[in-house]
Amino acid sequence: MASLAHPRTTFGRVFEHRFRQYRRTFRASLFSSFLLPVLFLTAMGLGLGAYVDDGTSEALGGVPYLVFLAPGLLAATAMQSAAFEATFPIMGGLVWNRTFHAMFATPISGRDVALGNLAWITVRLTLITTVFTIMIVLFGAASSPLISLAIPAAVLTGLAFAAPIAAFSATQRTVEKFNAVFRFGITPLFLFSGTFYPVDQLPLLLQPIAWLTPLYHGVALTRALSLGTITEQPILALVHLAVLLTFVGVGTVLAVRNISRRLVRG
Amino acid sequence: MPHLPDATDPSPLIHARGLTKRFGSFTAVDAIDFDVAPGESFGFLGPNGAGKTSAMRMIGCVSPVTSGTLRVLGHDPASHGPQIRARLGVVPQQDTLDNELTVRENLVIYGRYFGLSRAECGRRADELLDFAQLAERSGDQVEHMSGGMKRRLTIARSLINEPELMLLDEPTTGLDPQARHLLWDRLYRLKQRGVTLVLTTHYMDEAEQLCDRLVVMDKAKIVAEGSPRSLIERYSTREVTELRFAPGIGETLDGRLEGLAERIEHLPDRILLYADDGEAAAAAVHQRGLQPEAVLVRRSSLEDVFLRLTGRSLAD
Repeated sequence: MASLAHPRTTFGRVFEHRFRQYRRTFRASLFSSFLLPVLFLTAMGLGLGAYVDDGTSEALGGVPYLVFLAPGLLAATAMQSAAFEATFPIMGGLVWNRTFHAMFATPISGRDVALGNLAWITVRLTLITTVFTIMIVLFGAASSPLISLAIPAAVLTGLAFAAPIAAFSATQRTVEKFNAVFRFGITPLFLFSGTFYPVDQLPLLLQPIAWLTPLYHGVALTRALSLGTITEQPILALVHLAVLLTFVGVGTVLAVRNISRRLVRG
Repeated sequence: MPHLPDATDPSPLIHARGLTKRFGSFTAVDAIDFDVAPGESFGFLGPNGAGKTSAMRMIGCVSPVTSGTLRVLGHDPASHGPQIRARLGVVPQQDTLDNELTVRENLVIYGRYFGLSRAECGRRADELLDFAQLAERSGDQVEHMSGGMKRRLTIARSLINEPELMLLDEPTTGLDPQARHLLWDRLYRLKQRGVTLVLTTHYMDEAEQLCDRLVVMDKAKIVAEGSPRSLIERYSTREVTELRFAPGIGETLDGRLEGLAERIEHLPDRILLYADDGEAAAAAVHQRGLQPEAVLVRRSSLEDVFLRLTGRSLAD
């Protein structure tokens, strides 16, 4: 019997699979990555912002509405893209095309499948948020060079959703509950986590709920970097960072566990 | 655990003793023993739910063994799963192709999973496209292919790592006869090249075509083992005479067929007479004044073996 050298296989192969899939649609996808921020920044920032800025907007920290809104939209967009990437493609690999089962018949492990997908989502988010950030700068909505650090902050925000949602997706057999994730999770968070207005404008009862969600911390961190106010409250920024990292860490562990279990079950 | 001597080869590719798989209180595979020698074509024959797929998934190192001993390529799947899987070629029951990628891309990316270089993957993909008679479809998206083509692609894909052992779970289920024969031809070529094949099937003709040796599984256990020919000799007669009577008449024949054959099976739609001379049995039926609507004399098959062993037909 020939000796068994450990095969040179890592989650990078899984990443490569997602990349090959993406190559087929990347033009359309890249186009919408540009289009989405332009539409949002124009409509909300310039259109709505003109009215907001007419009033006295001390709640916004004395900056134009567009400048306040842009980093919030950046973090929220990362969340939405991440939620999409962590639901349907995971269902596709486990249930529809069963491509993850095909991988599992090779030296690739369940851990590789989970980490390869999260690595791919990280790259996707980096692409989307970089394009978004460039548009923010072009719209003149960035007030600090620290805006470049808003990219990793927004990516981290996305991953704080992607990892736990991927773990959830791996337990599902149909997309039925995905609708609930978007309707009762992603959309309310988009509206109530400080993206469009400061959370302290919410009823007192709702504020602590906002603090528990990763988007609130993602928006706050991304905004502090974009406005350059992060240096005023560095401890708070570290708290935001810690919350996001906790969601990513716990989510990743659960995603590895659930995807591995699902592959073993067949 | 029973200790059986390895009759076939000193180092079988698969060695199973008391192999058991349980899901909660349900036993899918119940303490089965078997060995598969290098170069052999080995089959699991049985109806749906007999435990064939569960056995295959344990051999494929994707489903952990509940109890018993299993060695694949000389190693324990529990400790060397990925290393063993690196040397297997797996054709799953359900296609697991990527519909979004092209035919060739499906082969290339699969080679990448085994850590082969891109150049090597491309070279092997082109060879395998020829082997699977899919070279002309190389750039097509998988989504638009027929079931038979997808199966051929899945088989081609499973060969990308030049496996020592191929596991095929119901390779031709759901295919039309023409596609099945094309697939059998490809598998037969692999067998002639010395590739060891392990397959599950509930088709008798498939088992007879492809397997040197097989085990018959029923309700999680192995109920018989041998070559297709030896199983037929042991558990059936040389020929079978099938009689079909008009509805309602079959039940009124009590005793009137007695003595015409070594064994008589009453199925819902027909009666089977097991006799070495089928024509003689058919003639004797007519001599007794019985008038079946249809008489068919045929060679005995593994279907008859299964019926004999379990009292049930395989198709149900």
